[in-house]
Amino acid sequence: MALELYLDLFSQPCRSVYIFAKKNNISFDFKKLSLLDGQQYGEDFGKISLIRKVPALRDGDFCLAESIAIMLYLAEKFKTPDFWYPADLQQRARVNEYLSWQHTAIRMHGSKIFWLRVMGVEIPEDKMNAALDDLNSSLKLVEEKFLQDRPFIAGDQISLADLVAIVEIMQVSGPNVPAVTGIRISVPTMRGANTRS
Amino acid sequence: MALELYLDLFSQPCRSVYIFAKKNNISFDFKKLSLLDGQQYGEDFGKISLIRKVPALRDGDFCLAESIAIMLYLAEKFKTPDFWYPADLQQRARVNEYLSWQHTAIRMHGSEIFCLRLMIPKVMGVEIPEDKMNAALDDLNSSLKLVEEKFLQDRPFIAGDQISLADLVAIVEIMQPVGAGVDVFEGRPKLSAWRDRVQEAIGKELFDEAHQYILGAQESVKSMDSSKMQVFKPKILRLFM
Repeated sequence: MALELYLDLFSQPCRSVYIFAKKNNISFDFKKLSLLDGQQYGEDFGKISLIRKVPALRDGDFCLAESIAIMLYLAEKFKTPDFWYPADLQQRARVNEYLSWQHTAIRMHGSKIFWLRVMGVEIPEDKMNAALDDLNSSLKLVEEKFLQDRPFIAGDQISLADLVAIVEIMQVSGPNVPAVTGIRISVPTMRGANTRS
Repeated sequence: MALELYLDLFSQPCRSVYIFAKKNNISFDFKKLSLLDGQQYGEDFGKISLIRKVPALRDGDFCLAESIAIMLYLAEKFKTPDFWYPADLQQRARVNEYLSWQHTAIRMHGSEIFCLRLMIPKVMGVEIPEDKMNAALDDLNSSLKLVEEKFLQDRPFIAGDQISLADLVAIVEIMQPVGAGVDVFEGRPKLSAWRDRVQEAIGKELFDEAHQYILGAQESVKSMDSSKMQVFKPKILRLFM
């Protein structure tokens, strides 16, 4: 049985897994799952993952959730090039540091903005501004601490850290959200465009 | 220069790093940092970590934040026993899966309970908002249910027969609401049995040493000067009110 990846490309972590697998020529069965249709709550998907989130992997009788765990599994199993998750102690630590930090930073703040803006949830202006402030603080740290003067987060080459970062940042860069130049968002522009009060 | 670990044992991820280093006999300089005194915002600490959170590590001129990154770094550098982060592909995946999931589940919900029960009354001077507390308890209960039904199932530990970083990270987070007076182990025999196994694997003395501050949190927060804690007001307002 082929490797199966349960994905909805609306979801940031599904995109990182998809890109990683495709880029590394890892064959898989694309099992499309629609979050907006609530398919993650179906009985069948419950057998794959009780966490009921995407992405999820099934490799024979081994099931796995969480994009970072999935990519590390694929990286090891398919012996992907070193730069994705460098063996060098300090470079790997830099990647791990980003992968850990981002869950409650960029990922959280970007998702919130996405839901508020694209899903059209009406909220008070001050709460929207607070959400934008959080996102801007995260982006500031990406530039000033995680990148600094390096081409990529871990150094000279792309790694899982950059891949996970870009898919999250792209969530707030779609056509319904004011355009992002590089990774710099203009807060006044977003403030003016967003509020529905 | 010795390895430095910047820690505040009120903080869950600081406890996991502390226990891991001590258990594996890794020498380090314990650099105490008090979060409640706002020391993470000081100029000196900014040179260690711009993220301004604990734990943080300094090894020569290499600085690192994030407990998981720190423990993986120490595990590799000091070649700790395999069971902490098994080389076996599927076992390692199980550990990684838990370590990833927990950030926005147990960690978040346990922290929320702690903040709602101890910080809000002290800093904001108001009663704990009941609806928010109930919602937080529901979230915590859902997370604990998943720990039992998906992450543990019928295994002694998350990755199998032996303790790993996953159990260590789990236990320090689950102890946080306990420190706030919410006994999450009551009525959960499976979780309690797992906790006993984890305590035994870590060593009761080390476990108790790491948790003495958080278990005394209700008393210590009570005796704190709330006027000095007003710096937390904006964050609490934003997160909970």
